[in-house]
Amino acid sequence: MSRNPNAAETADAWDAVVRFDDVSMRYGREPETLRDLTFSLPQGSFHFVTGPSGAGKTSLLKLIYLAAQPSKGLLHLFGQDVAQTPAQVRPFLRRRIGVVFQEFRLLDHLSAFDNAAVPLRIAGQKPDSYRQDVAELLTWVGLKDRMHALPPTLAGGEKQRLAIARAVVGRPDILLADEPTGNVDHEMGLRILRLFLELNRLGTTVLIATHDQDLVARSGMPVLHLEDGRLVHMGPIPAGARA
Amino acid sequence: MSRRRGSGSFDLDRWRPSPFLPERDTRDSALVFVVAVLCFLACLTALGVIASDRAARGWSHQLTGEMTVIVRPKANETPDSAAARAAETLAGVNGVAEARALEREKAEALIAPWLGEAADLADLPVPRLVAVILDRESPASARSLQQALSARGLDAVVDDHTTWLADIQRGAAIARWVGLGVFLLISAAAAAVVAFATRAGLAARREVVELLHLTGAEDAFIARLFQVRFAQMAAGAGLVGAAGAAVLGAALRLGGGGQGLTPVLPVAWSDLLAVLPCPLAAALVAAVAARMTAASLIRELS
Repeated sequence: MSRNPNAAETADAWDAVVRFDDVSMRYGREPETLRDLTFSLPQGSFHFVTGPSGAGKTSLLKLIYLAAQPSKGLLHLFGQDVAQTPAQVRPFLRRRIGVVFQEFRLLDHLSAFDNAAVPLRIAGQKPDSYRQDVAELLTWVGLKDRMHALPPTLAGGEKQRLAIARAVVGRPDILLADEPTGNVDHEMGLRILRLFLELNRLGTTVLIATHDQDLVARSGMPVLHLEDGRLVHMGPIPAGARA
Repeated sequence: MSRRRGSGSFDLDRWRPSPFLPERDTRDSALVFVVAVLCFLACLTALGVIASDRAARGWSHQLTGEMTVIVRPKANETPDSAAARAAETLAGVNGVAEARALEREKAEALIAPWLGEAADLADLPVPRLVAVILDRESPASARSLQQALSARGLDAVVDDHTTWLADIQRGAAIARWVGLGVFLLISAAAAAVVAFATRAGLAARREVVELLHLTGAEDAFIARLFQVRFAQMAAGAGLVGAAGAAVLGAALRLGGGGQGLTPVLPVAWSDLLAVLPCPLAAALVAAVAARMTAASLIRELS
């Protein structure tokens, strides 16, 4: 379990690894997708991002993994104002963030093993230093027999597990996951949740966007609930919503 | 204990990281073909420019090194003796390496095209010609030759070839500049195609760029991947094009013997060396284009 499930509400916001100050975001000239978000995530916290489709869950994650920029407000990552962070520093911030993309974003010409090892290669690690870890992680997510397989030959659930393996292989400081259990069965969903909880226990800050209320309820972790781009609730899951 | 781990055909101990970019992509074959063709044309043009330059220099060399003297016999001597006397006189002039009276047949052969086969040249007073080869270091002038002939009482006209030299040199210079212009145009077209195709190829791999970018790869790292890949591709295409042009150049050289296919456009074996920089130039253009395109694409993502 998390060391501190409700850390977001009690920690000093200035020590947070993620801090939103009145942040809004829009795509081009479209209406704002996210509006006036203010919250912080302390190191080692675990949160779900919930809300109906189109509420802005994926956009919120995009801001944190630096695939988008706020149109208003201040976003701090690891204590740094993202808007003021030099471009050459941003890759090093991204290396501290593991992402499970909703659409997986696997490289089709690389084997499952190579895909899982991408973050470690980018970080400059030598193959001998990580090949065993990658193999063990792939075994753990149930891809032991699919290490050589190319993504187009993998089933949806296998792709999802591979994407998760790639996100966590570098022991990131922040783990972001966008619907990570959307394509796996219930049992695998629970295994993935346990993996995330284990990473969180080791100090990783975890933020998971999901529609899976059962997963949220089972974890007992707090939620950031979005509706129409606004943060309408932050804290423990409402009692009525528990499984 | 076996070192083999994993299962199926995956051997963990033998695993080596695969390149981030696909080894082969069918979308690249059009790029390779077009670059090879353009490099071939650029190399052929370069060979043509070199050969035409050599031809022009050869013509200039001949014109400045030779003169012809037309000798008209006086009443008291035969054409042959007048020509012999003129040759002897000219051979003694400073700046003349050799002076030789041409036989009547050669003189007749020279004017035959102007009179046609029907004319009976035996009845015509065909002037004799003396071919003069000048000293390369300090050639005699037409005026000094004329003065020497007049001093010996010879009725002769010195035909100074250098009268046409300026026209030939101007023509050669125009041919050289036109060839150079065509070469530069083809090279620019090749560069533009490489740049365009590189951009298209890179856009087609946008998902790789995005994934690497979001996983923390530095911009220079991503740009270098594409730079190396497209430079290799263009170098290979350039090599094919250059090799094709070199083969054609060699065929022209062999087909024409020592003078190349034709004395008008002589090709030397050493000219074939001109194709060597082509693969390097193609690789350089592709590398620059790929780097700029990748940087632009990454800027869009940031």
